[in-house]
Amino acid sequence: MTTVPDTRKLAYIAGQASDARVNVEFESDGMVLNLGPQHPATHGTLRVIVKLDGERVMAAEPVMGYMHRGYEKLAEVRTYPQITTLVNRIDWLGSFANEVPFILAAERLMEVEAPPRAQWIRTVLFELSRIANVVLFLGDMGVQLGAVTPVFFAFRDREFVLNQIEAVTGGRFHPNFDRIGGLKDDIPKGWVDETRGVLDRIRTFCDEMEDLVTGNEIFQARTRGIGVIPADVGLSYGLSGANIRASGVDWDLRRDGGVGLVHDRLDWKVWTHPDGDSFSRYWVRLQEVREACIMVDQLLDGMPSGPIMAKVPRIIKVPAGEAYVETENPLGIMGFYVISKGDLVPYRVKIRSASFNNISIMPWLLKGVYVPDVVSILASLYFILGDIDR
Amino acid sequence: MSSALLAVELAYWQQTVIRALVGLVAVLLPAGTLVYLFLFKMMSFMQSRLGPMEAGPYGSMQLLAEVGKFLQKEDLVPRAADRIVFKLAPFVVLISTFLLVLVIPAGPDLWFIDIDTGIFLALAVSSISVIGVLMAGWASASKYSLIGGLRAAGQLVAYELPLVLAVMGVVIQAETLNMQGIVMAQATGEIFGWGGIGNPFIITQFVGFAIFIVAVQAELTQPPFDMPVAESEIVTGYLTEYSGLRFLLFFIGEFATAGIFAALAATLFLGGWYVPGLDPTSNLFNVIGPAVLMGKMILVAFLIFWFRFTYPRFREDQLQQLAWKVLIPLALANIVVTGVLKVVL
Repeated sequence: MTTVPDTRKLAYIAGQASDARVNVEFESDGMVLNLGPQHPATHGTLRVIVKLDGERVMAAEPVMGYMHRGYEKLAEVRTYPQITTLVNRIDWLGSFANEVPFILAAERLMEVEAPPRAQWIRTVLFELSRIANVVLFLGDMGVQLGAVTPVFFAFRDREFVLNQIEAVTGGRFHPNFDRIGGLKDDIPKGWVDETRGVLDRIRTFCDEMEDLVTGNEIFQARTRGIGVIPADVGLSYGLSGANIRASGVDWDLRRDGGVGLVHDRLDWKVWTHPDGDSFSRYWVRLQEVREACIMVDQLLDGMPSGPIMAKVPRIIKVPAGEAYVETENPLGIMGFYVISKGDLVPYRVKIRSASFNNISIMPWLLKGVYVPDVVSILASLYFILGDIDR
Repeated sequence: MSSALLAVELAYWQQTVIRALVGLVAVLLPAGTLVYLFLFKMMSFMQSRLGPMEAGPYGSMQLLAEVGKFLQKEDLVPRAADRIVFKLAPFVVLISTFLLVLVIPAGPDLWFIDIDTGIFLALAVSSISVIGVLMAGWASASKYSLIGGLRAAGQLVAYELPLVLAVMGVVIQAETLNMQGIVMAQATGEIFGWGGIGNPFIITQFVGFAIFIVAVQAELTQPPFDMPVAESEIVTGYLTEYSGLRFLLFFIGEFATAGIFAALAATLFLGGWYVPGLDPTSNLFNVIGPAVLMGKMILVAFLIFWFRFTYPRFREDQLQQLAWKVLIPLALANIVVTGVLKVVL
């Protein structure tokens, strides 16, 4: 018979005890799940590393950069008119809106101002691209929660808005229409009446969404009280746009910014929601589409006549200086910081895009939620991958 | 099929071959009809598009094209997968579908098996698919599949109970578990002494019918109960790693089960193969019975797919709450009320 030393016995007992403790308390290190970069919910190539305990998220970390295209660096070797081609690929769903802040920054450096008619048409296109962008969000929110039908309505009605944008600019997705000192062309004949018809369609679409999605009990159960962002937390993470307005912060650069668009001459309302949850983010965006329709209606009514291009030299050389302009884009605040040394090309362009800041709240927001809510929260934060990675 | 209809005596092997062939048709024909009618066309019309239009008139041959496509695809098995279990899982799911069809009568003499515990057998074999789904989820060696498989197991087990309890009301009213007997009870029943349309149990058992449809929706893992395959969350759950023929088997299994559950609901609540105003024992029903059953099945399936294309999906905990806190108490209350009324009236 062999004798077992006491230390071995004790070690065995300790091992058994620790096993028992694990069995009793179900302690585990959790499971690490890679959501993305190829994942249907991240509409693009966002990667979220989530650590799961069962279905509950213990930690979440977004990984960006899978679609980085280096627009800030590319802008340094392109002339100012060429850069609009780059920047309208940032938020590809509302691309005309991307050109506006950059052009406004360049105009501020050159100290030119677009004529009134150009400013009005600019604002019309700005708001139309907002409609085209957010309409798709309204449908996409449904599809992320498992309702397949709304997204088809969204694609159907967005098409009419894109047609109107195409009729003016010649480009459905990437208009490349904004110029320093004005616009490339005037609006075509009969466009105003057609656009009114399209606005009616969009209003019908909003009604449909309210019937189909907003009032749905399951949709409410899945979004109300989910992913609540308090106003102070949202502000400290740099959220902007509908995401922060849904937390009750009454802040809209179209009203408060005072840049070279004509929103201040219109009669409209900034919508906010006190709750700060996924549902309120959806609801605020729905109201903003309606509000944008009201704005475009007013803009079409009061459009002044006159030239659409200010006097600018044929070869654009921007005088040395720095300018930062930000506008309220469909996804949130988008800003361009342009430094010029007096060349044909800018010395440095820094892009402040909305989605990059909007998803930075993810690790804070996703802690402790269930996996299905990760998707609904991501959908309600509404990011475009091009807007995150540039 | 009963050989009495054919008025000739068939050898046992001949009967078996006929049963096997008819069984194949009885599973695949409703599945194909539902896929084309609802998944391809109704869904498309609801979403303001046309759906398949190129293959055959109005895209009616699209399904054959899809099957051809799936057959050509490579049958991939992940390297880390449990190969045998992985390959076996779709067949287990399909077996439960084929066993389900056995008990549904399509006419007074048209049935595969006519046993006294018909509906009991149907509900029992319908749970076999859980095993297949769990096998698929576990053997795929993928995290998405695992989550999907576990979600499916929890969901299918939870919704087995309301499914059974919803049927209990019908069984109490019909006083039999035999499917043929349930159809006959509806055909010969009377509504307060008026036998004009028989007594389809949907009139008295509408609560049971509603619970049955909801539970069937969950058993089929269709929206709003499609968390096991939630494509925006966990890719496609337990189906993630499947491709080619094996994916096709799962796909057929899903829609064939949808059709058979719809036929089951039609038999239990809508009178099965019976049409009001005709003698239920007449030989005519051996001819038109399958068509009548198919029509009623499509009616019920329309309901199921209507919900599927309209609703967003629940979260896992909300689903369990719906089952345990709403459906099961409601079904129990339904049984109590039915039982009391049965005794009193």
